[in-house]
Amino acid sequence: MLKIDNLSAEIANEDGAGKQILKGLSLEVKAGEVHAIMGPNGAGKSTLSYVLGGRPGYEVTGGSVTFNGGELLDLESHERAAAGLFLGFQYPVEIPGVSNVQFLREALNSQRKARGEEPLSGGDFLKLAREKAALLKLDMEMLKRHVNVGFSGGEKKRAEMVQMGILGPKFAVLDETDSGLDIDALRIVGEGINSIMRAENKGVLLITHYQRLLDYVKPDRVSVLAGGRIVATGGPELALRLEAEGYDAVMAEAAA
Amino acid sequence: MTQTAILPTNKDEAWRYADAGYLKGADVNELTVWRESIVPEGQTICESSHLTDSGVTRLRVHVEAGGRYEHFALNSAASYARLEIEVTLNEGAHFEFGAVTIGGGDTTQEFVTRTIHAQPHGTSNQVVRAVQWGKSSGNFLGRIEVVRDAQKTDAGMNFRALLLERGASANTKPELEIFADDVLCAHGAAIGQMDEAAAYYMAARGIPPEVARKLMVQAFIGDAFASMQGNDERDAIMEKALIQLEGTDL
Repeated sequence: MLKIDNLSAEIANEDGAGKQILKGLSLEVKAGEVHAIMGPNGAGKSTLSYVLGGRPGYEVTGGSVTFNGGELLDLESHERAAAGLFLGFQYPVEIPGVSNVQFLREALNSQRKARGEEPLSGGDFLKLAREKAALLKLDMEMLKRHVNVGFSGGEKKRAEMVQMGILGPKFAVLDETDSGLDIDALRIVGEGINSIMRAENKGVLLITHYQRLLDYVKPDRVSVLAGGRIVATGGPELALRLEAEGYDAVMAEAAA
Repeated sequence: MTQTAILPTNKDEAWRYADAGYLKGADVNELTVWRESIVPEGQTICESSHLTDSGVTRLRVHVEAGGRYEHFALNSAASYARLEIEVTLNEGAHFEFGAVTIGGGDTTQEFVTRTIHAQPHGTSNQVVRAVQWGKSSGNFLGRIEVVRDAQKTDAGMNFRALLLERGASANTKPELEIFADDVLCAHGAAIGQMDEAAAYYMAARGIPPEVARKLMVQAFIGDAFASMQGNDERDAIMEKALIQLEGTDL
C-alpha cells in the first residue's frame, strides 16, 4: 500500500546548505497492516513523517514513495491528503479565528471535491463530527472552538484523532501521537486508532518512542529507524525487546 | 492663492502615506468637504461603507450624551481611496469603528480617524485590519484626543496588517493627545505575513492553498467586524472583502 524505496532527504539549514537526515530508507506497509517505527532521538523519525506529508523545508534528494500505485512525492501536500494520506502531527498547529468545525468541513469537502465526490451538507457533516468526537470522548463544544487554540496537549492529540475519524483516510502516518497523553487518554487514543484505521484496506505507520501505545494498537510489524535508515524489522516481539534491552543492544545485533 | 498651494502633499503629516499622484490631480473642493451629522442623546446610529472608487470621503459626527456611533468600513478600491472620520463624543458617548483595507496592484487604501473625547465617561473602540498584496499599501492614521475634563475616558485602537506578498506595505500612525489624568487609552499595532505553519497544517488536511488563504484572511479580518450587530450584515461585508482575493495570482 505504501512502499518507500531508498529514500534520502535533507533539511535546509539557515545558511542554505542541506543537512542529510534520511539516508536510503526503505520500508513497505501492506494494506491491513499497522507498522510501528521506533528509534532513538535524532534518528529521522519525524523527518520521515514530514517528508511523507510534503512539509516545506524538507527536500527529497533520492528514492521514491509509492502510495496505492502512484508516486506520492509528485503530489502537493493537499493532493496527498485527498489521495487518502493522513498525517498526525506531533505538535498540532493552532489556528486562531478558524473553528474546528469550519476547518474540518472545508478540509473534508476539499478532499471530496478533488476526488469528484459531492460535498457533505452542514447537517450531515455535524452528524459525522459528533459521532467521531464521541468516539474519542472529546466534547463537541471543543469542536466549535478555534483549531487547537487553548487545547491542552492531550486534547490536541485527541482532536487530531477526531480529525482522522472525520476525514476517513486510507493511510495514516502518526508521529508520536502518544506523547503528552496521560494513561486514560492513551487508551482512548489507542482505541480510536483501532476503530478508525483497523481495516483490510487501510494502513498505519505508527511512529513512537515507547512500547506503551503498542499495548493498545498491536503492530503487525515493527521497524527500528536509526541514522536515517531502517536497521531492523520484525514482528511485535521486536518492540518488547527494544523496551527491555534498549536500542543499542538491538541495533548492535542487527549490525553484526 | 493658486490651487496647488492649497492641495496637501506627502509632507503634510495627515497625508504622509497618501498617493502622491492622486493628490497632484485632486479636486480641492472634494478634499475640503465634510458630511456632518449628529447622533441624538441616547441614540445609536450604525453605518457601513464600502469604498470601491478612488477619492476622499470625510465624515464629521457629533455624538450627544449617551449616544453611540458605529461605523464599519471596507476599502477595496483599485486606486487611492481614503475615508476620514472625525467624531466628537459627549458625556458617556461611544464610537465603534471596524475597518478593513484589502487589495493588490498599486492601490493605496487608507482610513483616518480623529476621535475627540470632549466630555467624561466616553468610550471608543477601533479595530482596523489591512490585507495587502502586489505593491499596494494599507494605512491607518488614528488620532485620539482626550480633553482636560474628559475623565474616565476609555479609548482603544488596534491595527494589524497581513502582507501576502513581498512589495506590499502597511503604515500606521497612532496619535494620543491626552489632557485628562484618569483615562484608559490603549493602542496596538502589528504587521506580519501568512502563518506558514497554519498554511501547511491546512494543506496536510487537504485544503488547497487558495482556500487556506481565504480561511486565514477571513480569520484575520473577522476582528474588525466582530462587533457588528446583524449576522447578515456581517456576512455580507465579509463576503465583499473576501471576494477581492478571487482571481488574484497570489
